[in-house]
Amino acid sequence: MNSRINSLAASVATLLLAATAVAVISVAGGSPAHAGPAAADPWSAGELRTIASMNMGKLAPAPVDPSNSVEHLPAARALGKRLFNDTRFSSNGAVSCASCHSPDQQFQDGLPVGKGVGLGSRRAMPIVGAGHSPWMFWDGRKDSAWSQALGPMEDAVEHGGNRTRFARLLATHYRAEYEALFGKLPDLSALPPDAGPNGNATEQSAWSALPAARRTDVSRVFANMGKAIAAFEKTLAYGPAPFDRYADAVAAKDPAARGMLNAREIEGLRLFIGKGQCVTCHNGPLLTDQSFHNTGVPQRDPRRPDRGRAAALAKVKADEFNCLGPFSDAKPEACQELAFMVTDPAGLEAAFKTPSLRNVALRPPYMHAGQFATLEQVVAHYARSPAATVGHSELAHGAGAHKERKPIQLSEREIKDVAAFLGTLNGAIVERAGR
Amino acid sequence: MNRTIASFSLPLLTALALSGCMTPPTDLNVALKRSTEQGKYVVTLQPPAAAPAINQIHSWQVLVASPAGAPVSQARIAVDGGMPQHGHGLPTQPLIRRELADGTYLLEGMKFSMTGWWEIKLALQTPQGPDKVTFNVVVDNPATKR
Repeated sequence: MNSRINSLAASVATLLLAATAVAVISVAGGSPAHAGPAAADPWSAGELRTIASMNMGKLAPAPVDPSNSVEHLPAARALGKRLFNDTRFSSNGAVSCASCHSPDQQFQDGLPVGKGVGLGSRRAMPIVGAGHSPWMFWDGRKDSAWSQALGPMEDAVEHGGNRTRFARLLATHYRAEYEALFGKLPDLSALPPDAGPNGNATEQSAWSALPAARRTDVSRVFANMGKAIAAFEKTLAYGPAPFDRYADAVAAKDPAARGMLNAREIEGLRLFIGKGQCVTCHNGPLLTDQSFHNTGVPQRDPRRPDRGRAAALAKVKADEFNCLGPFSDAKPEACQELAFMVTDPAGLEAAFKTPSLRNVALRPPYMHAGQFATLEQVVAHYARSPAATVGHSELAHGAGAHKERKPIQLSEREIKDVAAFLGTLNGAIVERAGR
Repeated sequence: MNRTIASFSLPLLTALALSGCMTPPTDLNVALKRSTEQGKYVVTLQPPAAAPAINQIHSWQVLVASPAGAPVSQARIAVDGGMPQHGHGLPTQPLIRRELADGTYLLEGMKFSMTGWWEIKLALQTPQGPDKVTFNVVVDNPATKR
């Protein structure tokens, strides 16, 4: 009798094991390379190298910005943090950098387009890790974090301010901190209350009426503000996420890896680095190639097309606050990105910067004007690969413009799996003293 | 030198082994010394001594010689290229502005924004006439922490 019960138990056990093995094979997509017992490592050698390359542990410190000589100074970081949160630096006294880059909301605002004193035309970008990017904004029209910080301050719909007003505010509220870092403030007493090259007609004419030396004085104070803000922003980094712990475990061939991500997430990762083609642009530990691509994202306002990078090339070259400009601390030969910038707009029409996917699931909506409300909609967009209405999409669709590129083909379930994987990239945001 | 060239060479294609558009064609010519299209010159592409990190701007050297091996001086060389499987060009505009020695030119401003198959296209103008050559470079994941 015992032997019959034992053999029955053995048969049940065998059935269960077979069922498990079948489930594992179907999760793995049934391809020959992944068939086999559940205990086998599901990743090929090439996939392991790709997974390792995306591990946060592989991220080098952000490069030094030679154009900002104060970026590493604790006093600059402290001043920058206060300026970042100070709503007095706006025309209505209600807008600070933190208004659209809220520390409580992944340093962004959860809106399709930014809302300062007015409504913007693009999505606020999460600034964490921006020190790793040579170009700032969706179109890369600024080549440093400090120059970027100055853009919204004088933008009519963002802070709506002007550099003369800001210089006075600094003198009134932050004189000691400013002078400890940058030396004596110039005499601002005889200046008009509002004057700047990017303001309304009155402000612009007040600005041109100033002698060149005064304009340079004010612009230098303004540039220094940006440098302090950038020093603070550079302290922000992403902490490790469940994906990174999984990547560590698979690299160490630790069997505990299997429990760290669920089957959907693992399948999503496989698609992300495989036929989903996501990793072709979303690569490295920050999951971005820091470059500009047109992927046929629908225009927010077809009557006012957004040309992205193509329209920004002239702006960054002409920016008085760029690496080669008079307020940069860099030797000209250090300005390599600017020296070797692509200047032909042909391939860059409606191309936008690949954003980092760190913490992406925590900050809908998505794309440069918040065109997609969910990650599933984003992945579905890539699976559709629509033609671009401005410029040319790099993706293959229909007959395909690029015969070497295959179309991205994902089923409904696979789309969900990729979205599930993206949820494994959430980590804490850490403010730290070192780079 | 052989070790560093190995980062860009054919044996590592098998280590890539990724699906979809990620796998370069298996018959890709990855030679770094090639004749130009009309046979006027032999061009050698020399990678930097230390393999650059992804997104790190770096320099190569370009050697231009006649088919008989004589260095070709005073060439003007324009650089183009991209990733054929992705439909995008180079992320920077590399420039050749200096001839370091007879027939040896400095190729500055190179940057690879991702791993995979890259084309580097050189268009040469010299006193001996114009010609073109395309090199295939397969960039793999660097083994070391960058």
